[in-house]
Amino acid sequence: MEYLAIIISAIFVNNIVLAKFLGICPFIGVSNKVETAIGMSGAVMFVMVLATLTTYLIQIYILDPLGIAFMQTITFILIIASLVQLVEIILKKVSPALFQALGIFLPLITTNCAVLGVAILTIQNDYNLIEGVVFAAASALGFGLALIIFSSIREQLDLADIPQGMKGVPIAFIVAGLLAMAFMGFAGIV
Amino acid sequence: MSQIKNLTKGLIKENPVFVLFLGLCPVLGTTTSAINGLGMGLATLFVLTMSNLVVSLIKNFIPDKVRIPAFIVVIASFVTIVELSMQAFLPTLFDALGLFIPLIVVNCIVLGRAEAFASKNNITSSIIDGLGMGIGFTFALVVLGGVREILGSGAIFGFKFIEGDGMLLFILAPGAFIALGYLIMLMQKIKSKSA
Repeated sequence: MEYLAIIISAIFVNNIVLAKFLGICPFIGVSNKVETAIGMSGAVMFVMVLATLTTYLIQIYILDPLGIAFMQTITFILIIASLVQLVEIILKKVSPALFQALGIFLPLITTNCAVLGVAILTIQNDYNLIEGVVFAAASALGFGLALIIFSSIREQLDLADIPQGMKGVPIAFIVAGLLAMAFMGFAGIV
Repeated sequence: MSQIKNLTKGLIKENPVFVLFLGLCPVLGTTTSAINGLGMGLATLFVLTMSNLVVSLIKNFIPDKVRIPAFIVVIASFVTIVELSMQAFLPTLFDALGLFIPLIVVNCIVLGRAEAFASKNNITSSIIDGLGMGIGFTFALVVLGGVREILGSGAIFGFKFIEGDGMLLFILAPGAFIALGYLIMLMQKIKSKSA
C-alpha cells in the first residue's frame, strides 16, 4: 500500500516535471518528436534508478558514518557523471542496438537535474532502499509520461496556425502550463 | 569597450533564460515571488562568477579529457559554499528555495559558461562574463517572480497593494509555465525590433 502511494504520488500528483520543475531542459529540448521523447524517457529511467541506488548506498555507508554529509552535492554529481559514462561504455559493448537508441541522450542526462534531484529527494524523504528505488522508477515514469504527452501535442502544433510571436518555445510553455493544470486535477488522490 | 559588451550581452541579447533557454528548472521552480527569484539569482550569480574565475585560472593545468569532471568539481564546491552559508545566515530563504540550491550544480548555464567561455579566455573577461550572465539570469528571475507575485498574490517584494487573494494559479505550477511563455514572447518581440 505504501509503495502504491509513492508510485501514484510520483507519477501523477507530484509529477517531477509539471509539479516540481525538474528536468525542464530535456522536456523543452527533446520534445519535438514522439520518437526521441521515448528514447529520452528510456535513458532517464535507466540512469535514474541506477543513480538513486548508488547514491543511496554511498550516503548510508560512506557519508553518514564518516559525518561528511555536507559533501553530498559534490559526491552525488560526481557519481552520476561517472555512472553515465560507465553506462555509455557498457551499453556500447554489450548492446549496440540499445546504445543506438539511447546513446545520444546519455551525455545529456548528466546535466538533467531530475536525476540529481531524485537522488537528493530520496535522502531527504528518509526512504529506505526499496522505497527509494520505487520512487526513482515512478519519478522516471512520470517524466516519461509528461514528455511523451507533451511531444505528441507539439507534433500536432506544427500543423496548427500559431500567431507569429508565439511560434516555437513560447507556445510550448503555454502548452506545458495547460498540461500542468490538467495534472493538478490529480491532487488529493493520495 | 568589448568588456562592457561582455557584461551587458547577458541582459537582453544573450539572456540565458529568455533567449538561450538555459537553466530553466530553477527559473520556474523558485519564482513564486520576486524575493525568492532575487535570492536564487544572486546565488547563481555567485557560483557562476567564482567558477568562471577558478576555471579560467586552472584551465592550463587540466588535461583536455577530464576537463568536464574537473569543472563540475569546481562548481560543486562553490555550490556547497553557497548552500552552507545560506543555511546558516538566511534560513528562511534556504527553506523557500529548498532543493534548487544543490541543483545549481546541474544548471546548464554554469557549466556552459565554464566550458564555452572561461576555459578559453583570460581571468578578467571570464569574471566579467560570469557577472554579466549572472546579472541576466537574476534579471529574468526577478521579472518572472515579480509578474507571478503581482498576479498571484497582488503584492510585489512582499508589499501587498491589492486586498484579498490574487489569481492563485500564478503561484502554482501552471502559472509558472504560462507566465514564462508570455515573457519569452515579449522578449522576442523586443529583440526583433531592436535588431
